[in-house]
Amino acid sequence: MNKNIILCGVGGQGTILASKLIAAAAMKKDIPVMSAETIGMAQRGGSVFSYVRIGEGICSPMIARGTADLILGFEPGEAVRMLPYLKPDGQMVVSSRAIMPVTATLSGSSYSGDAMIAYLREQVRGLYVVDGEQACREIGSPKVLNILLLGAAAESGALGFTEEELREVIKERLPEKFHEINFRALSYAREQKETDHFRTEAL
Amino acid sequence: MHKEFLMGNEAIALGAIAAGVNLAAGYPGTPSSEVLETVAKRRVPGTYVEWSVNEKAAMEVAAGAAYAGARVMVTMKQVGLNVASDPLMSLEYIGVKGGMVVLVADDPGPISSQTEQDTRHFAAFSKVPCFDPCSAQEAYEMVQEAFDYSEKYGTPVFLRPTTRVCHGYASVTVKEAEEYRVNRPEGFVKDSGRWVIFPRLSLRNHEKIEARNETLSEDFSSYERNRIYPSGGRGAASGFGTAAGRDDASGTDSCGGTGKKGIAAGGISFTYAMEALKDSPQPARLFKVATPFPFPEKLALQFLYGLDEVLCLEELDPVIERELTYLCGKHHLPVKIYGKLTHHVKNAGENSRDSVNQNIADFLGDAAGQEDISRPLAQSASQPPSQSASQPSSQSVSQPSLPVRPPVLCAGCPHRASFYAVKTAMKGKKTIFCGDIGCYTLGNAMPLDMVDTCLCMGAGLGIAQGVGRIEPDTSCFAFVGDSTFFASAITGVVNAVYNQANMTLVVLDNSTTAMTGHQPHPGTGRTVMGDVTAKVSIEAVLRGIGVSVVETVNPLDLSASVACVKRVAAEPGVKAILFRSPCIAITKPSGCLRIDQDRCIRCGKCIRELGCPALVTDNGRVCVDASLCTGCGFCAQVCPVDAIRKPSGAQPDAGAGPAQAGAGEGNGNPAQSCGGGDGNE
Ligand code: SF4
Ligand code: SF4
Repeated sequence: MNKNIILCGVGGQGTILASKLIAAAAMKKDIPVMSAETIGMAQRGGSVFSYVRIGEGICSPMIARGTADLILGFEPGEAVRMLPYLKPDGQMVVSSRAIMPVTATLSGSSYSGDAMIAYLREQVRGLYVVDGEQACREIGSPKVLNILLLGAAAESGALGFTEEELREVIKERLPEKFHEINFRALSYAREQKETDHFRTEAL
Repeated sequence: MHKEFLMGNEAIALGAIAAGVNLAAGYPGTPSSEVLETVAKRRVPGTYVEWSVNEKAAMEVAAGAAYAGARVMVTMKQVGLNVASDPLMSLEYIGVKGGMVVLVADDPGPISSQTEQDTRHFAAFSKVPCFDPCSAQEAYEMVQEAFDYSEKYGTPVFLRPTTRVCHGYASVTVKEAEEYRVNRPEGFVKDSGRWVIFPRLSLRNHEKIEARNETLSEDFSSYERNRIYPSGGRGAASGFGTAAGRDDASGTDSCGGTGKKGIAAGGISFTYAMEALKDSPQPARLFKVATPFPFPEKLALQFLYGLDEVLCLEELDPVIERELTYLCGKHHLPVKIYGKLTHHVKNAGENSRDSVNQNIADFLGDAAGQEDISRPLAQSASQPPSQSASQPSSQSVSQPSLPVRPPVLCAGCPHRASFYAVKTAMKGKKTIFCGDIGCYTLGNAMPLDMVDTCLCMGAGLGIAQGVGRIEPDTSCFAFVGDSTFFASAITGVVNAVYNQANMTLVVLDNSTTAMTGHQPHPGTGRTVMGDVTAKVSIEAVLRGIGVSVVETVNPLDLSASVACVKRVAAEPGVKAILFRSPCIAITKPSGCLRIDQDRCIRCGKCIRELGCPALVTDNGRVCVDASLCTGCGFCAQVCPVDAIRKPSGAQPDAGAGPAQAGAGEGNGNPAQSCGGGDGNE
């Protein structure tokens, strides 16, 4: 298995933890893995990304344009920002909830998450849109978006790891008191799809 | 041997532990901080680790231990080396007994630094040998080799990773604890002819150092991490570690080598070049430079012979490029050397996979329609991604413009409150606000706009004094964080008091070194090894120096803070205000606030004046984002109609500690914020 995965969003959304979990799943299967992420000043509310590269023969943790197999967009604007990195046939799982930068709130110049999603639909064949806000409310925590997106990516098959494999690494790496809520987030996409409410669209 | 998924900095720390490091000292600085933290966390019994008060102190502590035969490591970021340069420059003349690795992390970009200075130059300047790892695996092995070289030649050595090596993660093969080297220091042996620096000794040692570095250049030419690909008989598979290193037998073949073109690269840029050449139909000889100083001249000549053109790929300064250009001149080689000096590679900012791919494609001429390399690249690569041409499909919908996201102070950050209080108190007065290095530099952003200058650690104090000398009618403020205060502001206070300056020092004491990842410092009462220690009191230090007015106030209490600033700033001479409230990343959030939509008059004052990321608008309504708000309560004091309140019956949050947005992301615990998550109701 060779995969380049990008997780992108806004500082504080949990992209780093999600990338750690993917890497842990790869390590468990003894597949070489490298990753890189934003650390430092940009974490404070800035655009953040994690790259995860899995498979034999990788030299650096960085991903070149047009070579990502999968993008997990924690925020629609940030997903559009990273779009040039996606392979022509790459897949994307994106949360539809826009997060306005403080500057936009101040100047009143907000942008539209819907417009970003519309653009992505136009550009990405394998697009899965998740109503992250609705889902987090149902699950009961605003902090589980990362696991939710991982679950959706696993469910779509694009991640290369199964829900069960992710469940194992969550168990190993997160404090026990958070297991239950994260398992709910992890299986949310699958269950929603089963009950047919899940707003998944593959264009 | 076993595998661990490690950050480059963690790999360096484990390498140092495997090499038997006895003492490690450093000062936090992105991208270096995790090295020392990991040595502390994973240390074997008997190892001593400290966060020193600054880099100079760290260098001196380590020098003493190395005099006594200990293996020591000093850690810092590149600008920290400026602070440590005084002891280091002299230490090179004295030398060490135990191995000494000076870990200096460079920051191309720069991503979290004031400068793009290149420690490889510092190596040549100070005559200290320099190792430049290209991956986490190589860094792990290299630090162990660096200790051996240090002891073999009796000199401190640099290990100089860059951000992407420091902060990249990889599955790294590491030693078992039983395989660790055990180093038992002999102790300090008195010998004033050796340890006391005098002009005569300096002259003698200078001669020795120059001779030694010539020997080292030879030695480094056969150091297996300096390599020519394809290797043509040199060295077996232990090239540069990890996946790439292990299978380089096949990898190098695909790099070819029959052509007349060569690429020279170091650090992370080497791995980018390696990947680019794997996919390139054009062959090129590749030279990996792992020791930029002393430069492995003999090996470089082997690389250069028979080539027509060489492209140098490196970050920061054109160090490899200058060395090769010099060698060509010295040996009359008809090889053209391209790089930053010839404008074929951009001369500032970090390299990326894409920029290197582009540079190599242009150089090898395999990009369709590419002209001759002698045309300098105007601005081919590293455009912001939004302008890429590689969109997957139709362009019928044009790309919506992307949000700009400058970094901001976290929601609930006490610095916001401190700045706001000073701003409010000094409104209408002629003021200058001199900032300093730390999270609080972000106080420069709108709407606070409270940082007029920022230069380097501790400089704000001096700058405030200097401005005051020229503009005596200006109220001069210097803002400094608690860690920065101890690191390099105290001498500035002494200077101000001694020279009878007129200024207000504002210490933003959030009880941690926040920007670099919440390290303890002399004011916290904790050490990196987990011990409880005496707290150094900032008030007592200031009083001891002779600052007559020193007031401490909680910045989250707006009216008390404003009154305090007004009172203190009106005093003559040097006076100080301590805003004391812990960083939100090291405290538990206290349950978010909510805006009573019936009371709110939509004046927007809270948003306009504070810029807290948790205050957002939603369809014209002002709301609190429950996933971000810490419940600091500051906005409630700004609202003119008392619309921002604690929800009645709200429980203090039971979530797990530092899971707040921004700073605490790495903690990963998806702790629940306050119930419901109904911020955008
Ligand atoms: S209480 Fe107000 S100022 Fe404090 S974090 Fe919440 S929204 Fe921001
Ligand atoms: S300051 Fe008070 S009244 Fe004005 S918008 Fe904010 S919450 Fe509403």
